[in-house]
Amino acid sequence: MTAANPVAPRRLTPVPDRTGLLLLIFVATSALLLLSHNRDLLDTLGGLGVLLRNPIVEAIVVSLFLANVLFAYLWRAAPWAKALVGLGSLLLILPWAGQEDTSLLDLSIQIMIFAALALGLNIVVGLAGLLDLGYVAFFAVGAYAWGIFASPRFAEIGRYFVENPGASAAATAVLGALTLLAGLGGYLALQRRRADDLSGSGAWGLTLLLVAGWVAWFLAGRGLFTLGERPWSLAALWIGLVPTALGLLYLAYSRGRGRDVRGALLGLSRVLLALAGVVGTVLVARSILLLTAEGITGLTTGIDPGFFWLFLALSIFAAAVVGVLIGLPVLRLKGDYLAIITLGLGEVIRVLANNLDLYSAGSQGITPIGSASVGWFDTLAARLGFAEDQYGLLFLYVLSLLMVALILLVNVRLDRSRIGRAWIAIRDDEVAAQAMGVPLVQTKLIAFATGASFAGVMGMIFAAKQTFVSPESFNLFQSIGVLAMVILGGMGSFPGVILGATVVTLLNLRILPGLGEATAGLSWIPQQANPGQLQRLIFGAILVAMMLLRPEGLLPSRRRTLELHHEDPQEDDSAKGTGPSLTGGGGDVYSPGLETREEDEPTGGTK
Amino acid sequence: MTAPLILDVQHLTKTFGGLTAVNDVTFGVPQGGIISVIGPNGAGKTTFFNLITGIYSPDRGSVRLAGRELIGLRPDQVAAAGIARTFQNIRLFSSMTAEENIMVGRHSRLKASFLDAVLHTRGFHASEREARETARIMLDFVGLGKWRGELATNLPYGDQRKLEIARALATTPKLILLDEPAAGMNPRETEDLKALIRSIRDDLGVTVVLIEHDMRLVMTLSENITVLDYGTKISEGLPHQVRNDPAVMEAYLGRGAAAGDYGKEAR
Repeated sequence: MTAANPVAPRRLTPVPDRTGLLLLIFVATSALLLLSHNRDLLDTLGGLGVLLRNPIVEAIVVSLFLANVLFAYLWRAAPWAKALVGLGSLLLILPWAGQEDTSLLDLSIQIMIFAALALGLNIVVGLAGLLDLGYVAFFAVGAYAWGIFASPRFAEIGRYFVENPGASAAATAVLGALTLLAGLGGYLALQRRRADDLSGSGAWGLTLLLVAGWVAWFLAGRGLFTLGERPWSLAALWIGLVPTALGLLYLAYSRGRGRDVRGALLGLSRVLLALAGVVGTVLVARSILLLTAEGITGLTTGIDPGFFWLFLALSIFAAAVVGVLIGLPVLRLKGDYLAIITLGLGEVIRVLANNLDLYSAGSQGITPIGSASVGWFDTLAARLGFAEDQYGLLFLYVLSLLMVALILLVNVRLDRSRIGRAWIAIRDDEVAAQAMGVPLVQTKLIAFATGASFAGVMGMIFAAKQTFVSPESFNLFQSIGVLAMVILGGMGSFPGVILGATVVTLLNLRILPGLGEATAGLSWIPQQANPGQLQRLIFGAILVAMMLLRPEGLLPSRRRTLELHHEDPQEDDSAKGTGPSLTGGGGDVYSPGLETREEDEPTGGTK
Repeated sequence: MTAPLILDVQHLTKTFGGLTAVNDVTFGVPQGGIISVIGPNGAGKTTFFNLITGIYSPDRGSVRLAGRELIGLRPDQVAAAGIARTFQNIRLFSSMTAEENIMVGRHSRLKASFLDAVLHTRGFHASEREARETARIMLDFVGLGKWRGELATNLPYGDQRKLEIARALATTPKLILLDEPAAGMNPRETEDLKALIRSIRDDLGVTVVLIEHDMRLVMTLSENITVLDYGTKISEGLPHQVRNDPAVMEAYLGRGAAAGDYGKEAR
């Protein structure tokens, strides 16, 4: 937002134009990449061919190639050259090399998934300053949303409901709809009420009436509340009633000591009504399942791939809703407390995936998961010479490229809006932000939901790519891994976190395994010291070294740079208006056609 | 007081555990006035501001802004209702530029939604333009035009105080609460500040309430002074009346000189 800086950019030592060098490196690394993935050609090259087949050399070739995109972003060069190198690398050379070696496409998709996750977490942690250790839960929501429906699991669920219908579908639907309406209507009616509007006895009357209503509802509808063979009505009644009764007793005790409990009673009434809404929704969903169970059993390979696009939207929505639901109770806290709670809630989602075995197949995981098939895309892929089994991967590659570009665009635009400013204001000083009219909870919820939705959509792409999801893919280490990418790349910096995701993913999937593979056969390295065994150790050492050497991250955000080197705050503005720029270390094209100003452009100004 | 009250505080009380920080304070601010709240350290002045702006909720009492009850509103709602404030210990957004700090102050007045921002609708551009224009006007108003693109933390101390005032004014308040605006300023800066505060009232039509320890500033600037001690209002009136009030002298000199170790100011 300093584009409007009144002080004209000063430049003491102009950065040389590196168009030529950029193109040269692009051609060289592209040739190397294509060469090293062309088996026939490698056979004819003798010694060089053997060298290029060495896993560690191959990993370096891939990394160098991806560095092209980073150079195109960082260096001062002609805009057409930047566009050519960025787009050419990602849309032409990479798929071309991927034709020979699909693991390259797989790796690229993985990098982009992590880049999108890092961008999402960056909003929550980097911009809004909310430390979230359960971020991968949203990724899981997206993955399962598609995984359950696009696999044989869906038919299994249908079969289960056919075999264990429980109560009548129509009665469940009616009761569910009524409960939902009553809960929602009551909640909306109470939403605007304040404690002062009610008399003490009025508040007690309202709450007790609601509790009595609950009990009556349970007893009346008891016959309906069986999930298949398992009756849970009485247990549910006790689980709900005991804490409510204890709470009411405590409030009665507080009132006896002269405290004003109207606010608490009003809050309790709202919770009860909100619960009614949730229960109603569940019952309606259940009746729909019951009614359609017969039809579902026929879908032995899951729903039609045509629904892919609908689910793409649904996964965004579902993850955002889960983000809001998780965010609502926890966002009053901050710092360490928030971190611990999000960690716990992240684990809750994983454990749910593990234990709801009817829906998620538990720890076995769901497989095979379908993907979209787009007719014209397959035709195009065939024309370009791809084999039939590569269509799906290529499609997902292009899709994730598109998604990362979109996510980046949304990020940049939000950052340069009142919402982005509110996030940073909250991060810098919550009290001051609130006193300036920024609603805390709402603003934090937007951050949570936006970050979650990015994870949701990438979770779905992940499920489609792996054709398999299990709770193991969504454990705490994944959350921490994404956080490491954000911090390593530079908190708050969009190109930075993409680069962080790329570096960490490359290290984990290519460079370190390559190193292990290449040295496995060497007899002069004792087995205990073999890098293959010490991958985690090397990774940790690299993280520690990077954090010591560049605490602000690989590509720090402009704000952080200004803070750390504030003797020459104008220097970084020099990069403004260098025209189209490509971001990221291989993650993504930052489309030159979109008119957004680059926030975090470091363009060599910092060193 | 003949002018209609813009801020009407009745019987405001707040206790923290056993300590009564603000005790049954009734306080009125006439429209267009410059009013000071003074008192020894720990008298509950800042707590009083925090109660008015919704940061704390009082045990008893009411706060009405132009007739509208503010108790029960969140701080951001109070800001939207028309009360802006600055802080005793400067609370700028340190990683933002001066301009961005003021644009945050504009938050509640901008209409652009999440979707507007993502889609870059016409409404979004209009609201961004408006925010930037307000920022420019406010920076010029407090005399910080040259610092527009500079990070807030890099500003000289006195200018940071002025930037806080500009940020508060960007919320287009009816009333601005200044918490020790002259703290740490040299006499020349204090003179500038005095002119600025007058101009806030005269040129922008914003009513001013300030907490201040600089007695010369308070006595020359205020139209009315309220004195708090141990959370209780001990005196109120015109500057010369307050200056000669024995209760005030006792609060400042008598007990202050003898004990010398009042608790830290409640924040």
